[in-house]
Amino acid sequence: MPRGLTPPPRMTVRERLREKISAAFYRHGLLCASYPVPIILFTSASILACCYPLLRLPLPGTGPVEFTTRVRDYTVPSHEPQGDLGERPDWYRGPPVAYIQPVLVKAAVSPWDSTLVPVDVFRSPLGRVFSLLEEIRNHVHDDGSLEALCLQVTDLLPGLRRMQRVLPEHGCLLVSPGNYWQNQRELFDSDPDLLKTVHQHEPKGLHTSATLRDLLFGVPVKHTGVSLYSRKRVVTYTITMVLGSYDARFLSSLRARLRQLHPSVNCSLREDHMVHVHFKEEIGMAELIPLVTTYIILFAYIYFSTRKIDMVKSKWGLALAAVVTVLSSLLMSVGLCTLFGLTPTLNGGEIFPYLVVVIGLENVLVLTKSVVSTPVDLEVKLRIAQGLSNESWSIMKNMATELCIILIGYFTLVPAIQEFCLFAVVGLVSDFFLQMFFFTTVLSIDIRRMELADLNRRLPAEAGMPLPKPGPLRPREAPPPPRPSPHTITLQTPAFRNLRLPKRLRVVYFLARTRLAQRFIMVGTVIWIGILAYTDPAGLRTYLAAQVSEQSPLGEGGAGGLPPHLGVAPVFPGPGGDPADTLSVLPAPAEPTPLPENQSQGHHGAPGEGVPLVPQISWGAEDEEGWRRLSFRHWPSLFSYYNITLAKRYISILPVIPITLHLSPREAIETRHPQDTRHPPPPSLKTNDLPADLTLYKVAALGLAAGVLLVLLLFCLYRVLCSRNYGQNGVAHGRRRRGDLPCDDYGYSPPISEISPLLLCGHSMDIECLASDGMLLASCCLAGQIRVWDTQTGDCLTVIPKHGLRRSSSSGCWEQRDGWDAVGVAEPENLGGGTEPGGGVFDEDKGYPLRRRTTPRPALFENQPDLTPLIDTNFDSQPPSHLLLTPPRNGFDFGGLVEKAYLEHEPPSPGLTASYPSPLSGPPPQRRRSLGYIQPPAPQGQETPDWESAVWAMELRGNLIAAGRSNGKLELWDAVEGSLRCSNEDGVSGITALAFLNNRIVAARLDGSLDFFTVDINKPLGLLQYRGPPGRSNMPPSPCYSSEDVISCQLTRSVQCAHQKPITVLRAAAGRVVTGSQDHTVRVYRLEDSCCLFTLQGHSGGITAIYIDQTMVLASGGQDGAICLWDVLTGSRVSHVYGHRGDVTSLVCTTSCVISSGLDDLICIWDRSTGIKLYSIQQEVGCGASLGVISESLLVTGGQGCVSFWDLNFGDLLQTVYLGQSSDGQGVRQLVVLNNAAIVCDFGSELSLVYVPAVLEKLD
Amino acid sequence: MSRSGSGQTDPSRGTYIAVITNRSTTLVIRGFMLFSIGVFLALVLNLLQVQRNVTLFPPDVISSIFSSAWWVPPCCGTASAIIGLLYPCIDCRLGEPHKFKREWSSVMRCVAVFVGINHASAKVDFANNVQLSLTLAALSIGLWWTFDRSRSGFGLGVVIALLATLSTQLLVYNGVFQYTSPDFLYIRSWLPCIFFAGVITMGNIGRQLALYECKLMSEKAHQD
Repeated sequence: MPRGLTPPPRMTVRERLREKISAAFYRHGLLCASYPVPIILFTSASILACCYPLLRLPLPGTGPVEFTTRVRDYTVPSHEPQGDLGERPDWYRGPPVAYIQPVLVKAAVSPWDSTLVPVDVFRSPLGRVFSLLEEIRNHVHDDGSLEALCLQVTDLLPGLRRMQRVLPEHGCLLVSPGNYWQNQRELFDSDPDLLKTVHQHEPKGLHTSATLRDLLFGVPVKHTGVSLYSRKRVVTYTITMVLGSYDARFLSSLRARLRQLHPSVNCSLREDHMVHVHFKEEIGMAELIPLVTTYIILFAYIYFSTRKIDMVKSKWGLALAAVVTVLSSLLMSVGLCTLFGLTPTLNGGEIFPYLVVVIGLENVLVLTKSVVSTPVDLEVKLRIAQGLSNESWSIMKNMATELCIILIGYFTLVPAIQEFCLFAVVGLVSDFFLQMFFFTTVLSIDIRRMELADLNRRLPAEAGMPLPKPGPLRPREAPPPPRPSPHTITLQTPAFRNLRLPKRLRVVYFLARTRLAQRFIMVGTVIWIGILAYTDPAGLRTYLAAQVSEQSPLGEGGAGGLPPHLGVAPVFPGPGGDPADTLSVLPAPAEPTPLPENQSQGHHGAPGEGVPLVPQISWGAEDEEGWRRLSFRHWPSLFSYYNITLAKRYISILPVIPITLHLSPREAIETRHPQDTRHPPPPSLKTNDLPADLTLYKVAALGLAAGVLLVLLLFCLYRVLCSRNYGQNGVAHGRRRRGDLPCDDYGYSPPISEISPLLLCGHSMDIECLASDGMLLASCCLAGQIRVWDTQTGDCLTVIPKHGLRRSSSSGCWEQRDGWDAVGVAEPENLGGGTEPGGGVFDEDKGYPLRRRTTPRPALFENQPDLTPLIDTNFDSQPPSHLLLTPPRNGFDFGGLVEKAYLEHEPPSPGLTASYPSPLSGPPPQRRRSLGYIQPPAPQGQETPDWESAVWAMELRGNLIAAGRSNGKLELWDAVEGSLRCSNEDGVSGITALAFLNNRIVAARLDGSLDFFTVDINKPLGLLQYRGPPGRSNMPPSPCYSSEDVISCQLTRSVQCAHQKPITVLRAAAGRVVTGSQDHTVRVYRLEDSCCLFTLQGHSGGITAIYIDQTMVLASGGQDGAICLWDVLTGSRVSHVYGHRGDVTSLVCTTSCVISSGLDDLICIWDRSTGIKLYSIQQEVGCGASLGVISESLLVTGGQGCVSFWDLNFGDLLQTVYLGQSSDGQGVRQLVVLNNAAIVCDFGSELSLVYVPAVLEKLD
Repeated sequence: MSRSGSGQTDPSRGTYIAVITNRSTTLVIRGFMLFSIGVFLALVLNLLQVQRNVTLFPPDVISSIFSSAWWVPPCCGTASAIIGLLYPCIDCRLGEPHKFKREWSSVMRCVAVFVGINHASAKVDFANNVQLSLTLAALSIGLWWTFDRSRSGFGLGVVIALLATLSTQLLVYNGVFQYTSPDFLYIRSWLPCIFFAGVITMGNIGRQLALYECKLMSEKAHQD
């Protein structure tokens, strides 16, 4: 979908919508990632609030079971099991807890008169309850009375004082609506507002399954007809007698008496069955099998779904969050439905798995994938925002599709399916809410925490490269292909640093940043308004709830029978009950009343049309067992008020006694309370034959309006909370199209960072020296060529061996190198230590004649360094003697060292090599000594640059490059012009290390001597202010000198025997020069007067690494693996630790810690003040010889073909940047940190310039 | 690999045999897995249907599971094994490998929806048989659309559903088998849809298993 390609004016509505949605999701993602904690708190609060109504719901599995017997030959079952009595259940033994005798009263004022007020609908019918009660209480048959038979209760549970006035406290348990008025007619008559009396005992707001109103009326609230808006004008209530013992004759006489008094002409209720209801605590296994199966499938689904979550910090945590999201959205939906009066008639446990499957985990997974595949170097909130906005369209599309499907399901008009659909809709919406708020926030936290620890394992084999092929399940198991291009793997988003501020500070920052207090007040206001609307003095909500529950087909769905809790379906026993009845109870959609046709013959009066003048009292099958419509918690809660438990016991419900009361309008008017007429006139009455569908639409419209209102409210809240501008809008990079790049099922490939190193090519051989002063970068290769680069752009400014200058014909020597590759089999080290035969010597003259003699050979070893410019096979022009000169000159057996280095698989020779770039002092990078090229200084004495001797050390300051050559010559070059400014040939021993500080140059020589030079810059015609004797300071040769300054370099002091053995390390900072040598000592000199201040002894091996910075802290590491910290002012040893097995190869300090790397591939981080090891990082073999510190907490190490960035505070690997395509593992041996957030490292014959802007940005 | 045993003399033949035996064993394993899944689902769904008309399970409920006809679950298992093996085979023959939603989570979702359809047909009270049939048909087609979307799958599903309904009716006519509820029309109305959904589900499982096996084989080939 090439969204970006479409020009804006031609955007279709769809695309514009898409843009809008994407932008909205983007902002939302920013919000979530910015305030994770408050959002999670808010979400949890809303989940809890929505689940609150569920507290009143019973746990699944406690549903009652029933058993039906005939009344006629009923005897109390004995306690002993009596053989097999057919299908008599186990629990049907012994007497029941109680017998329930309901007396169902239906009363109506007829004919209805237009002079009547709405209150008349129920006032006089309710008033008749008192006479009925009196009748019942006073009924006597053969010395049996109700007093004798009924269940005597003693007192209510303590804590139910509220109920005291309503429920009988002692004596018979006889429950009727009259209890509201203490069964006293006078109280009833003087009650100005009956509804208020009824309502005052209701729990506020929340409808739970067994309220007091249900208990007293004995029928569900919506069926009582006690309402100002009742349309049928029939009042229904039950007088419930709870009998302790069964007396058939008494009951039948009571029944006969009542029927005689109040005949129900059209009543055809069966009276021959009594139902025993057993309340149980545990569930049988058999009923559970299908349930368990569905749950197993559900868990398998969840498992397979969450298995796809990848590339996050805590897979399990995120999976848990996903499951929590789905589950709590379900709970929320059930809770919300309960709140609005839709008590679930379906068994929650059974539909639960299907709801989960419908809602699904897909969105969550897609979100995770999308977020994870955003560029990793972005800030976390930007990543979240981008991930969200990338997926916004598909999420919205899916959601719309699902809603459509569910809507279609809703119009099947099958009550159960409708109820399921309603739950599913609410569940979907709440799931969407939770995904957007809860899961996104959790994801942002997780991404923030994501460490490289686990990703590190996959490194560098495969991470960071695009997946090779769309592996269907576990893409990362695929074998890694060769790296296609140099790029970066980012293992961690460094913005986690935000989380690591001290907690206190974070809270303060948070408060300050978000102006939390004001916003809380605002939110509080909104909530308060909401509560006002909720408590609702106008009664709108009750009206709504009543409408929903009374008119929607869902309400009628309950008419079929008791909610089938856990396999307890309605009992339709044997011959009498016909299952077809169950089916046909549900009306066809257009049927005006919920009554089946075969039961409605009792209608009399004007049939159907208009306002029914005579309210129809009809008795239907649903009245036969009216208690079924009550919550199944009804009886247990009634008995529990008297501390009687029904668990594992049963009650027997006797056939209902129907009573029909027709009251005349005159009676209704007589019983009127004076205040009754003050009620407002009833709203325009709906006709009774209004199609049931219309209410459906009404409910839908109301729900829609409420939804829109909610959305608007949330939008306003959102604007209030998100007043800040969050930086740039997201780059709209969608999913990759399949086929573009390797990607997985969702069209994602792992993140590819935008950082790519800049390769500086030009050298023909391996880089040997590297020096930088921030702006310029000088490099020298084994061929002796010096190149100067611009660190900003990577351009090569100067090439020092100016062939055009002196040897214009030989320039091809540096360029046409292809034919020489085959010669490069010999590694530099292989040539070393005198093991090389006489061929390993150098053409005194020049390298290029070789080219003429050698034909291009097949390139066998293409990756080898090109040594051709240095290897001379022209033996006849070679003085054969100079190999012999070497051993006495340096007095040091390089062969042994090299041997050792090889044994330890360490590319740089340990005792000779080190590179300690430091941002603070910028110490000179030391050369890697190429042993094979040791050769005597050419005794030429002429003032021309010496091309034949190798450059062993190099330093760059300002515009000047100081190069120390193997023949002891010190040269100063102009870095920009590439001209030799001056050279000094005072010494003959090769310069192994250089330090260039201010205007002083310190050179350490192979023979252990230390020379101090002073560089003077003079105007050409001014006074030549030589401080000392002019000596041999040379003027540069005039032809190549055009600058006006005259630069001279003069040897001020030479310390002949600074060390007994060759100097290996030289560092200068803060006016001190520190040398380390093979003779186990470190010496500190003052730069000004070349005076040796201290000789520091403490190592038991040669010194291999030294660090000194402006703060005068000196650290040294030796071949013994020890690291010593010294005080340069006093010369005392501060601490001495052993950290490595083998040589310490490099040392860097920050203000708080010391970082060392050793031959054992371990990087150790020490506390600088205490010398305690904080932690260590085990690297791969062959890594870690070079170290650099970019800032206080960012460490760079060189590895095999890559550099890695580490967080020093926590030891996390932040990033690994691959330098080149070839993964042949050329190690990075030197690494220089530049000032402008870049590092330079050598990479074979190339240099890599890596800018680390992303890392740096996040540091501050 | 049984290479060492079979062909020291002729290595190429040996690998061939190894591959063949390997393939047939995996086929058997696949068939057995499908069979057991089918048996299990048949038992559970039968239980659901039994629950519809029985409020209380008699104490010997486990035996009542098997009471209807002992050969029904094995038949279902065999049928599902055949279907599950047939689907990938047909995909292979037609040369259009199934690409849509090849994940276990999706398969699990499919199974759950199938059980849900059964549940609905067993537990939900419908006004009449037409409504029941239409609802179930819509659900089944929705199942196919959500999880399969292949023409071959649809065609095979319809054919097998019709055949199965026909054979069931024949069995009932001959008195070999009886439904738990005597309502003949009612039974007939839900049967084809359930069969169709079952075929789609088993085909989905079979394809996923075959895919798994394919991957194993290719890996092995890679190693070789």
